[in-house]
Amino acid sequence: MTFQEITNKAKSEWEALQRGSYIVIGTATCGRAAGALDVVDAFNKELGRRGLEVPIIKVGCTGLCYADPFVTISKPGSLRVAYANVTQDTVPRLVEGYVAGDDPCLELALGTVEGGGRETIVIPELPRFERELRLILRHCGYIDPENISHYIANGGYGGLEKALRMSPEKVIAEVEKSGLRGRGGAGFPAHRKWELCRKAGSTLKYVICNADEGDPGAFMDRVVLESDPHQVIEGMIIAGYAIGAEQGYIYVRSEYPLAIERIQIALRQAKELGFLGDNILGSDFGFQIEIAAGAGAFVSGEETALIAAVEGRMSTPRPRPPYPAESGLWGKPTLLNNVKTLGYVPLIIERGGDWFGSIGTEGSKGTAMFTLAGKVVNSGLAEVPMGTTLRELVYDIGGGIAKDKQFKAVQIGGPSGGCLSETLLDIPIDYDSLREAGSMMGSGGMIVMDEDNCMVDAARFFLDFSTKESCGLCTMCRLGTMQMLHILEDITAGRGKIEDLDVLLALAEDVKMGSLCGLGKTAPNPVLTTLRYFRDEYEAHILEKRCPARVCPELTVYYILPDKCDRACEHCVLTCPTEAIKGEKGEVKIIDQEKCSKCGTCLEVCPPEYNAVVKLSPVSLLPSSNSLAKEAKK
Amino acid sequence: MITEDQSSQAVAEILGRYKKEKKNLIPLLQEVQTRLGYLPRKALKEIADFLKMPAVEVWGVATFYNQFRFVPLGKYHTTVCMGTACHLAGGRLILEALERELGIKVGETAEDGNFSLGRVACIGCCMLAPVVVIKDKIHPKMTPFKVEEALIPYNQEARGESIEGKTKSKG
Repeated sequence: MTFQEITNKAKSEWEALQRGSYIVIGTATCGRAAGALDVVDAFNKELGRRGLEVPIIKVGCTGLCYADPFVTISKPGSLRVAYANVTQDTVPRLVEGYVAGDDPCLELALGTVEGGGRETIVIPELPRFERELRLILRHCGYIDPENISHYIANGGYGGLEKALRMSPEKVIAEVEKSGLRGRGGAGFPAHRKWELCRKAGSTLKYVICNADEGDPGAFMDRVVLESDPHQVIEGMIIAGYAIGAEQGYIYVRSEYPLAIERIQIALRQAKELGFLGDNILGSDFGFQIEIAAGAGAFVSGEETALIAAVEGRMSTPRPRPPYPAESGLWGKPTLLNNVKTLGYVPLIIERGGDWFGSIGTEGSKGTAMFTLAGKVVNSGLAEVPMGTTLRELVYDIGGGIAKDKQFKAVQIGGPSGGCLSETLLDIPIDYDSLREAGSMMGSGGMIVMDEDNCMVDAARFFLDFSTKESCGLCTMCRLGTMQMLHILEDITAGRGKIEDLDVLLALAEDVKMGSLCGLGKTAPNPVLTTLRYFRDEYEAHILEKRCPARVCPELTVYYILPDKCDRACEHCVLTCPTEAIKGEKGEVKIIDQEKCSKCGTCLEVCPPEYNAVVKLSPVSLLPSSNSLAKEAKK
Repeated sequence: MITEDQSSQAVAEILGRYKKEKKNLIPLLQEVQTRLGYLPRKALKEIADFLKMPAVEVWGVATFYNQFRFVPLGKYHTTVCMGTACHLAGGRLILEALERELGIKVGETAEDGNFSLGRVACIGCCMLAPVVVIKDKIHPKMTPFKVEEALIPYNQEARGESIEGKTKSKG
């Protein structure tokens, strides 16, 4: 089949679908965790019961993870309506109302869905869509990731078809014109790697897609691979053509089983239609892709460590040069790009480098993709033009801080990034501004913290992660981070000394200097940025033995306010896992501090009309009347 | 429980499908673990012999990566997500609650073989933080109190089966 025939067939299949009603349900991992598969079952049951034959399309994720399970009902000639947080119980209502009837069930609706096709879908009722520009996400949650026709009907593989009509040099020139920089974190210009590989004198070359998204709190790559894997595959094939490689590997975490499954399906379908294999689309060019499933090591995200993992060795980095572009997998020139970097490639070829270069800022072109999680109202994924401010991302797209709490910090880039304070919310998101602020773009994980989060504890958390994930090769990374962690543990436990802060700063410099790869070089960033922007919290822990956010267990106690305690209620007494709460019915309940494990169950179960349980820090705030607990014990 | 012979048989069957190339080491370890639930020492030796590699090198690779386990897991393997979002939402309290409820520490398997407890760096379900995965089912937005509730059906199932097991052995 020629490309034209393949496209025509896919389009007629897609158009046939549009002529009838159909139901779209987000079934990426995030949707599944929220119960999307139960919703699929409920729809099947309800449609079956009513004898309705309406197709259900299982798509990936629209990025509105907070709205999962997310359902869209399309009807020819009527509005396409999106429903958030659908449950099994609301399914019969939706089927009766809008699938069988003409009532769009507005009380359950999130908004109407517009757009689609080659452009992204838009829900105009949600203000976030004014800020967003979806390139990588344009098909996510819109097409069936397990059906290649959906991708092709919406413009898919058009970039590859065009690239094959260009010379490899011209393809690289187009990437150069676009100004595309690597989305893995460091932001190295993509075309420079491509050029180096192209010029490397070897007949055997490789393309590796880095999908080892190890940053805790980031899940963009997972969503892209689960929702629209073909754009990444298409990008890899174009990259292979440009540099002269015939073999590609996708290195993906085994923690992402659904992503692996969907890539497998996508690879099989691409092969069947001749986008992979020999003589792709009738050309002389042949390309194969295999999956390499990572076995779990954060350091594998570093390119030389990743190559070691694909070769079946311990994933430790090695000094560069030689760069992988000269000597990579099995000593051959290897192009290593991140999922998103490769995902942009088909669009850049199809629409032109100038088009891509017109989006974003001077030094950072295109869009940035972030996962928003933590204390924001609308957690999920967002894709915005480079240069958008952090404030726009957190407030306009993320909907601000949940539960009317006070914003404290936004953490970008995971264990390699930093915590930025409110004063920095107006800096534009681009590689250089973030680096100046002491953070980095990283893989794009963004965690929002509020007044209830302790910044010293956050720094300790990231350092604990880096210590565990250090491969052990460099002394400073292996032991220096460990020493820093011990100091932070002391501070959070109230054993810190004020001179520790200087030791931390000195150690941080040493670890940066003495580490070979990005993991070690950036591991001190969370400590450095929290010290820079939240030094007062460190000082409170050290000088006053006080945790301002009342998080650190050694510096915090739970206390039941006697005048608020209902006395007749026994919720806390009955649920306390360590039986630390005493008090007969009709008496004020008292926490035995020696038995209390500080699990917070009492705070959770105390009915909101009393709100009698509070956390106090420093521990010395505990009223002496609480010593009654000891008497109660007797 | 799989006997040693059965385990060797399974490993031999898996090895038969692979080429003797070093790059297959990690896929082999992954497949053997999927089949047996963990990596017994004997299986590691068999893989080393197959790939003509020193056993210590196989051990080095296997212990380097987080995915590999060297003790059998419980019937209901429970993992607590320790990602950033889960940590900030109280992941540590959830882990402590599970340790208390199950009577085991992270990395351990209970004596009756029903539960084992592990931690994972991040499963990418940050909007549902904190999350716990019990036997592949994700339990979202956990609290120390909800941990207890979440375990009830598994405990019931475990008790139900062991009662059945007893009657069978009697009969």
